[in-house]
Amino acid sequence: MNGAIALRTILVKEIRRFLRIWIQTILPPMITTALYFIIFGQLIGSQIGAIAGYSYMDYIVPGLILMAVITNAYGNVVSSFYGAKFSHYVEELLIAPIPNSLILLGYVAGGVARGLTVGAVVTVVAMFFTTVQVHNLAVVLSVVVLTSVLFSLGGFINAIYAKSFDDISIIPTFVLTPLTYLGGIFYSIDMLPAFWRDVSLLNPILYMINAFRYGLLGVSDIPLGTALGVTLLFIVALFAYALFLLQRGVGLKN
Amino acid sequence: MTHALDISGLRKTYRSGHEALKGIDLHVAQGDFFALLGPNGAGKSTTIGIVTALVNKSGGTVKVFGHDIDREPMAARRCIGLVPQEFNFNQFEPVIEIVVNQAGYYGVPKAQALQRAETYLKQLGLWDKRRELARNLSGGMKRRLMIARALAHEPKLLILDEPTAGVDIELRRSMWKFLRQVNEQGTTIILTTHYLEEAENLCRNVAIIDEGKIVAHTSIKTLLNQLNSETVVLDLKEPLAHAPHLDGYGSCLTDANTLEVDIPRAEGINRLFQLLSAQGIEVVSLRNKTNRLEELFLRLVENGGTEQ
Repeated sequence: MNGAIALRTILVKEIRRFLRIWIQTILPPMITTALYFIIFGQLIGSQIGAIAGYSYMDYIVPGLILMAVITNAYGNVVSSFYGAKFSHYVEELLIAPIPNSLILLGYVAGGVARGLTVGAVVTVVAMFFTTVQVHNLAVVLSVVVLTSVLFSLGGFINAIYAKSFDDISIIPTFVLTPLTYLGGIFYSIDMLPAFWRDVSLLNPILYMINAFRYGLLGVSDIPLGTALGVTLLFIVALFAYALFLLQRGVGLKN
Repeated sequence: MTHALDISGLRKTYRSGHEALKGIDLHVAQGDFFALLGPNGAGKSTTIGIVTALVNKSGGTVKVFGHDIDREPMAARRCIGLVPQEFNFNQFEPVIEIVVNQAGYYGVPKAQALQRAETYLKQLGLWDKRRELARNLSGGMKRRLMIARALAHEPKLLILDEPTAGVDIELRRSMWKFLRQVNEQGTTIILTTHYLEEAENLCRNVAIIDEGKIVAHTSIKTLLNQLNSETVVLDLKEPLAHAPHLDGYGSCLTDANTLEVDIPRAEGINRLFQLLSAQGIEVVSLRNKTNRLEELFLRLVENGGTEQ
């Protein structure tokens, strides 16, 4: 009971935080995604033939939605938890009788809430440009939730190690963005030479984008089971690692 | 009876090799108003950090109302409310949310948390500011906000780390009054402060910590009784060229009209005035050089725990 109230308190606080600053959190992905749809979907996409039987615009919709989910889930947790560390109000949680697993779950739930909110908003934006289809709703929802969880965990670990505000932008800029762009948002890996196709399989984001594309369009470069399995594996590994860091007090306690 | 706080052999060595606590023992009775004093870097904040789970200890045991912080960390934490030295709340959150959220972290249901927030914010004169963002509050208001937040889950042990630092005299007095009320209602209070007048006014018992060791652990009354001598400052009507010889008393002139006299506990003050009168020295006014506890504190810290 106590734990449930504490968890709810963290989650509500996190949701209020990103809603209070919606101009920084909700609006930018709407504008960015609209620009992607206009430039890549309509202007360039009209010059490109169908991929897997879908127009280029329809093909890139799943990847663009999931890209917004990934960057926002990650960004929410990394900036919120690092902010709490930087201004020392993380101490409010550290002195309270909350198990570390609940602190982690609370922040991850906050990241998932923002990921889902932005994902929904970006989907509405996509509807202005094309008809968004849903091949399998259960797959769509499970992929978007699992992806949000995974990248929220990533953001949490980044925040724990971060010692300055520069440190919370290094991973998104130099790791997350390249992996997302190379994760098959704009192309099918079947279009790549064999070597680069194999290299692409090392990119975990490829699995999530393809699973999401399967949920919306029913097509994927990767078998659905493999994609979900890889995502789950990463979630378990990152959750265990984040919890280990919290238990040790890395970056939080003397 | 179980102590509110029971510390045995507590040690802390930081990664840099600095030994902040060298095996301290500290016992605070339930319902006490206890002062933990010491110069900067003595180990006060490290001790509080360990008790409140913000610092990992290197050795020893800590029990809060009988709950070992290693074996029953959640039960121990539930007993404690902390008012830290530095502002550590989200400056961009409204005042009431800060208090209500803190109660939530301790499992207090929302309706009850709102009631408590109203009670404590009213008592601390912050109710009118409840919808303000915390960053818009004055320094004194921010200190009171941290007290309201620490009380939101109604802890049995309230720890205040220099709660009145930088607070004006009027506000400090009103905070003392409030803390006395909290203590009278049964909450054990541990206070660290640099204002020794504050400790003397509020606290019944005291521990003085210096260089990671406890150099005194007793009641304020007993401690003050250890004071072998006091220094008084006399303002003289007529200037003097040099300090007069006062048999049994040490004296020195700080300027021509100001005489400092060390009064041994055994001597008292009457004979001093007889000696001064005999030499035709007229005293306009008299005051203690420092607060008595302050004087004792300085002597203990300077002499490594022995009053000399």
